[in-house]
Amino acid sequence: MNALRCENVRKAFDGIQALDGVDLAFPPSGVVAIIGPNGAGKTTLLSIMTGFLRPDAGNVFLGQQDISRQPPHRVAHLGIARTFQDLRLIRRMSVVENVMLARPGQRGEGLFYGLFRFGVGEEETANRQASMGILAFVGLEERANELAGELSYGQQKLLTLAVCLATEATVLLLDEPVAGVHPEMAHKIASLLLDLKRKGKLVVFIEHDMNTVRDTADCVIVMDEGRIIAQGPPADVLQQPSIMEAYIG
Amino acid sequence: MIMDYLVHILILVAIYAILAVSLDLLAGYTGLVSIGQAAFYGLGAYTSALLAVRGGVPFVLGASTGALVAAVASLPVSLAAGRLRGDYLVMITLAFQMVAYSVMSNWTGVTGGGRGIPGIPPPRLFGWSIDSRVGYLVLCGGVALMAYLVVSRLCSGPLGRVLRAIREDEGAAAALGKNTARHKMSVFAVSAGLAGMAGALYAHYVSYIDPSSFTVMESILILSMVIIGGAGSRWGPVVGAVVLVILPEILRFVGLPSSVAADLRQLLYGSILVLMMLFRPQGLVGNHGFGR
Repeated sequence: MNALRCENVRKAFDGIQALDGVDLAFPPSGVVAIIGPNGAGKTTLLSIMTGFLRPDAGNVFLGQQDISRQPPHRVAHLGIARTFQDLRLIRRMSVVENVMLARPGQRGEGLFYGLFRFGVGEEETANRQASMGILAFVGLEERANELAGELSYGQQKLLTLAVCLATEATVLLLDEPVAGVHPEMAHKIASLLLDLKRKGKLVVFIEHDMNTVRDTADCVIVMDEGRIIAQGPPADVLQQPSIMEAYIG
Repeated sequence: MIMDYLVHILILVAIYAILAVSLDLLAGYTGLVSIGQAAFYGLGAYTSALLAVRGGVPFVLGASTGALVAAVASLPVSLAAGRLRGDYLVMITLAFQMVAYSVMSNWTGVTGGGRGIPGIPPPRLFGWSIDSRVGYLVLCGGVALMAYLVVSRLCSGPLGRVLRAIREDEGAAAALGKNTARHKMSVFAVSAGLAGMAGALYAHYVSYIDPSSFTVMESILILSMVIIGGAGSRWGPVVGAVVLVILPEILRFVGLPSSVAADLRQLLYGSILVLMMLFRPQGLVGNHGFGR
């Protein structure tokens, strides 16, 4: 499997250095947590790795391929999916349609097949079945026909995970997957992350909830002021006084 | 006499229904609000008229070429739309509209400028000349039905999902691997092509065209039909076309002088739009309007 890595990635906004020479190499699979105070550059890094932002300098590689200047849809085709802090579901679309939308390689999305529909009916049936399977995996199959915007916040978080999975990406970059949800839902999402690891995916997630980080991550990366200040197993990294200092300020 | 008048109104309803449905594909379903639809309408009309008058080209070929020219002409606009949306896209489509109008008005050697193009023949289909109004209504109604079916089909199923996703959150669609720029380009081309076809039907119906039929006010009228009927809804643009074609006709029976009636028509459109925005922003038969 192609591994994801960043080499000396730099990004500034209006003179403020959001990323200041980030070097990172992710394992091919597993769960990696990125932590750090607000403004540390975590989401900027995630956006650069998914093509939503271009680095000022440095590169992002997937295997041997430099993906730093690829548009988001190409990055997604290469097998990297992401979620957003503010969810960004298609709220006026049903739950199952949100998942179906994310399925890759749909012929019916083209103009010709969209109009004439040769074989699109069968494709849709298969697509719906696969999507229902993914919804069952995250426990949302009974809400399949409701509008995404009508789900509770925690369920919407689950749906973002389902949408991410539907892309069949091997690398999932999740921006605060348990923020704002009740502990029971956070526990459920954490166990799903471990399931994904068992399926051979690489899950990289940004999180402030240290319990989730401890329970799921094989490796923790700590960022502050656009730099990596520590990385390693949670048991080691989260004991370091300098980490707490970076968080508390 | 009254029958002729009613058929004439229905022909106009059919032509405007094509225009409104074509714009709804773009603005209602995909969220790309444009005030340049009359430019594509005009391109189709001028292309088909010129081919018929100067080249003796049969209607089907001329109208299809008109639709194709309009679709190709949409490419620069859709290339810009790949990067822009919202107010900036509206400005780009307005600029395109102004350029197209300027070309129609000033390229006198080809378009006849303000004098326009007279003597556009009625269409012939399969050796049959459509010179009766009822025959023309059947033709326009048939094309309007085809436009409706094409847009309905494109806006349902997998492509419809992608278009709705682009309307709601283009970034989220891109994150799921959707090439949003390519989809927007396709939708622009289909929308412009349908508007071009409407233009060809109009030109061969009225037998004379000049730039005054393809102004920015015409674009705003088409957009008003979409908004008033209900953007992004199947029947909304058709209902909008019916309302905005028939309503001004009612004014004719009030007995106002024609100069006052023309101004009153603009006032009426504006008032209806304001009232709709206040009390029914989703349109007469729509669900959500342009709001995300």
